[in-house]
Amino acid sequence: MKATIRITLKNGVLDPQGKAIQNALGSLGFDGIENVRQGKLIELHLAQSDPEKAGAEITEMCEKLLANTVIENYSFELDEQG
Amino acid sequence: MQASVIVFPGSNCDRDVAVAIKNITGRMPEMVWHGDAEVSKTDIIILPGGFSYGDYLRSGAMAAHSPIMKDIIAKAKHGTPVLGICNGFQILTETGLLPGLLMPNASLKFICRNVNLRVERTDTIFTNRYEHRGVITIPIANHDGNYFADDDTLAELEDNDRVAFRYVGEKGELEDRHNPNGSRNNIAGIYNKRGNILGLMPHPERLVEQILGGCDGRLMFESLLEALH
Repeated sequence: MKATIRITLKNGVLDPQGKAIQNALGSLGFDGIENVRQGKLIELHLAQSDPEKAGAEITEMCEKLLANTVIENYSFELDEQG
Repeated sequence: MQASVIVFPGSNCDRDVAVAIKNITGRMPEMVWHGDAEVSKTDIIILPGGFSYGDYLRSGAMAAHSPIMKDIIAKAKHGTPVLGICNGFQILTETGLLPGLLMPNASLKFICRNVNLRVERTDTIFTNRYEHRGVITIPIANHDGNYFADDDTLAELEDNDRVAFRYVGEKGELEDRHNPNGSRNNIAGIYNKRGNILGLMPHPERLVEQILGGCDGRLMFESLLEALH
């Protein structure tokens, strides 16, 4: 089973990298960008075939290592065919 | 004072801090590999600066789960003094021993220069030799030194006098322009509630002899020697 995990900065946490990307896009002529936030995408392949158990495992992975919940939110999708 | 310096893959200030401690206390610290299960009896545990695991995922995130950390967390909770310098501070926040975390510098640049710090407390084992609210000069060298904590955590730190050092001007002016990296409330270092754990971004071990440009870092190790003998 494939898990796709999205890690994003919480609202209100400054994102200097997002700002730098926004400025760079502006200098390339892409006008009208109101905000850029940069995050992480992690793909995992699990031996687990039960989606409920896989979901619980991924949640624990996010809480313990993959995200730092002081500043980051996480969400994930499971693809049983993946 | 018997110190233990933890060595992670990617630590690069472990020898500097060991030499500083040896010269000041007369005893060579024990160097402990991160893969070991236990730190043997010690008066203080030092998590040195560097780039453990290449800062993968987040600075300090991998090292926080190194085998040795279980024992360090247990010892720290029982009161063993722990000093985390730079990457060591990042590791301490990732383990949850200290609140908040260190984000990329607001400028997105690696900053390597001396900064002025105000010593906020002198009643701790780490700072008893400093002058209260005195201004000292210590270098920083990091990319992720931007201290962040949410409003409630920040209020808790401030209300309980847990800020150890703040970035200030030469005369102790607490102003935004003296904040090198965007840290909230100009915070350069913090204590845990009990006061046995200190995490700070500046490198005291780099200014311990006049030939290195100053001795302001030396007083931290002299303070520890005074408190721990």
